[in-house]
Amino acid sequence: MVQYDFKKITVVPNGKEFIDIILSRTQRQTPTVVHKGYSISRLRQFYMRKVKYTQQNFHEKLSTIIEEFPRLDDIHPFYGDLLHVLYNKDHYKLALGQINTARNLISKIAKDYVKLLKYGDSLYRCKSLKVAALGRLCTTTHMARLPSIDPNTRTILICGYPNVGKSSFINEITRADVDVQPYAFTTKSLFVGHTDYKYLRYQVIDTPGILDRPFEDRNIIEMCSITALAHLRAAVLFFLDISGSCGYSIAAQAALFHSIKSLFMNKPLIIVCNKTDLQPLEGISEEDMKLVMEMKAEAMKTVIGQGGDPLNDEGVLLTMSTLTEEGVVSVKNAACERLLDQRVELKMKSKKMNDCLNRFHVAVPKPRDQKERPPCLPQAVLEGMAKQQAAEKEKRKLERDLEEENGGAGVYSASLKKHYILKNDDWKEDIMPEILDGHNVYDFIDPDVLQRLEELEREEGLRAEEEDDDFEMDGKELTPEEQEALAEIRKKKSLLIQQHRIKKSTAESRPTVPRKFDKERKFTSERMGRQLSTLGLDPTLAINRARSKSRGRKRERSLDRGGNDGDDVMDMDVDQPNKKLRARSRSMSRSRSMSRPPGEVVAGEGFKDSAQKVKALKLAKKSVKKRNKDARRGEADRVIPTLKPKHLFSGKRSIGKTSRR
Amino acid sequence: MRLEKCWFCSSTVYPGHGIQFVRNDAKIFRFCRSKCHKNFKMKRNPRKVKWTKAYRRLHGKDMTQDSTFEFERKRNRPERYDRNLSENTLKAIKKIDKVRVDREARHHALRMKGKKAKEQREAAKELEQGIHMVKAPAVLEKEPSLTLPKIKVKVSRPQAEENHPMEE
Repeated sequence: MVQYDFKKITVVPNGKEFIDIILSRTQRQTPTVVHKGYSISRLRQFYMRKVKYTQQNFHEKLSTIIEEFPRLDDIHPFYGDLLHVLYNKDHYKLALGQINTARNLISKIAKDYVKLLKYGDSLYRCKSLKVAALGRLCTTTHMARLPSIDPNTRTILICGYPNVGKSSFINEITRADVDVQPYAFTTKSLFVGHTDYKYLRYQVIDTPGILDRPFEDRNIIEMCSITALAHLRAAVLFFLDISGSCGYSIAAQAALFHSIKSLFMNKPLIIVCNKTDLQPLEGISEEDMKLVMEMKAEAMKTVIGQGGDPLNDEGVLLTMSTLTEEGVVSVKNAACERLLDQRVELKMKSKKMNDCLNRFHVAVPKPRDQKERPPCLPQAVLEGMAKQQAAEKEKRKLERDLEEENGGAGVYSASLKKHYILKNDDWKEDIMPEILDGHNVYDFIDPDVLQRLEELEREEGLRAEEEDDDFEMDGKELTPEEQEALAEIRKKKSLLIQQHRIKKSTAESRPTVPRKFDKERKFTSERMGRQLSTLGLDPTLAINRARSKSRGRKRERSLDRGGNDGDDVMDMDVDQPNKKLRARSRSMSRSRSMSRPPGEVVAGEGFKDSAQKVKALKLAKKSVKKRNKDARRGEADRVIPTLKPKHLFSGKRSIGKTSRR
Repeated sequence: MRLEKCWFCSSTVYPGHGIQFVRNDAKIFRFCRSKCHKNFKMKRNPRKVKWTKAYRRLHGKDMTQDSTFEFERKRNRPERYDRNLSENTLKAIKKIDKVRVDREARHHALRMKGKKAKEQREAAKELEQGIHMVKAPAVLEKEPSLTLPKIKVKVSRPQAEENHPMEE
């Protein structure tokens, strides 16, 4: 079967698109870069190549177009007529002819310009040449929009007045989406849909509404449909609007029917009464009924000629309503049946069938004698069959029935343990734990677990006995006093270590001051006395000796001030300022002031003269002064070095969107 | 449902905990928590990581071989259910646990056995050597016991006052 698929014709682009396509192709496929500095022969070559390439492309494309579009005489007359109706044969021929001339022209132009280029010496000319050549094209794109209809397959044709409900019908039985609108002339050209029946494909063609007018006055759209009717071999469904809501009475529709019935020769015809939801068939008036019956009679005539059952009139007049969807499927089925019958009939009549029939032959052995020989079944099989039948009679109870009895799927859960084979049937519903105390119980299961356990226990018992025998001798315990002493020792040791560590770390920065300039007053006789006493010695002698021997730096001054300074000063202990002590000393020597003039250089402080000391004191005071930080930005205040860093405000993202900045 | 062992630290992984990693050669590594998982990803050897059972067993800190471990074995062949057997098994599990715990304690005690004596010896030595820091040798001669001396003398004000007239 020849299939016309006009959709296969590549869409012919219009002029501009065509140019674009060709040009871009040229750009891509030929070298693009050329410089003034190249040798002239190279430039010429470059442009000649471009022109030739462009010309070749055009030639190629146009040739394909011309070849793809069919010649009017070669195609099926249906299409020929259709074409004629839609586009005017002459127009079509013209268009193709123009394409052809264009093609020839292009070749000529290209040749001319290539010749010119051989003598040319500028880049500029070529471009203008190209543009000129391209400007001379004209094309049509209309052709490709014909629907793909196969004139030879099973077709169902739908016709009737405008607004009768044909498109709704098509919409329901096929997947084609036809425009359904309330005004006439909605269907502007033929629409094709496909539907299935008994595993066969049927194409359903929807025709524009046909008005009742003489043939010649019909407009293009109607001519379209009439053409189709004339040429296709199809089943015809004539739609009748019973209710009259399409705007035409039944009489008018009947008149139309009679006027075009000539076209329905040899085609299975079914009359479909639509919109029965608005007006049932039985409820129409007498005259209308008569008209309908007339139409039916006509339809019957077609049946007779096509191998259908002449007595069966049900397949000829049908009612349906596309709105409520009743009867739609039956209409379709009836149409398909009728068509099938007709086609089968035709095939049977044709010579081909005879050829096929000749090839079939069933071989039957010739009977030898009159004895009957039925099939032989062995006795066991017969018995088995009988038993089976008996067993089937007493149906066994299924689990499913049990489930249903006990409340259905959600309520009843079947006991899977019902059919367990155990030593004791009481154990069937036992639940055994899988986990106990952080162990998997299944890992411990062993038939002789008891025995092994016994052994284990015995072992344990033995070992326990052994254990009782050897005990640790710990008689070397220290007495509590000794422990105290030990604790003290450890404390002292740790203190020493700490002090050493401090000394070690600051050794570099700390000035080594001789002991006589002891600022912290660590080395007093008080302290010495205390330490000696903790060691258990009596310090009095030592203190006395120390005091008598000490020279005391304050001796000179104390002589000026009257003697007793030194003792008091020496008695001052920085580690344990005894307020009572100080108070008493104060009371004893109130007249003497303890302070010195501010710039006085005290030995051991490290100043070279009083000026330096004064300066140092000044600096010390200054550093302690509270700085005015009123409302000034500090280190802790956040600083944004760049308010609009470039990398955040520019550039594309490698993945993602840049809708937010 | 099964309790598994963590591959890294050998603790039990209960259902709903941890992560399983299946390698391309179909070996399954189970971890009890992300600590073990991360250590594994760092390619650390559990035998070198102090807090794992593997380390402890390897270095003799924990009991390695014992008959109590023989009771717990993964059995692949399922046994037919027997109520008596299950009962006995469940009871046995408890007893085995007790035995195992006792043995582990014993192992630990054994390990720690010499420690006390050693400590005591060290303490005695330290005391002897360091007693001079808290007790003057003169006092030590008088009182040879290794204890803190009794503080009889106190430096107080009245003594200083006495000194005053002495000096002057």
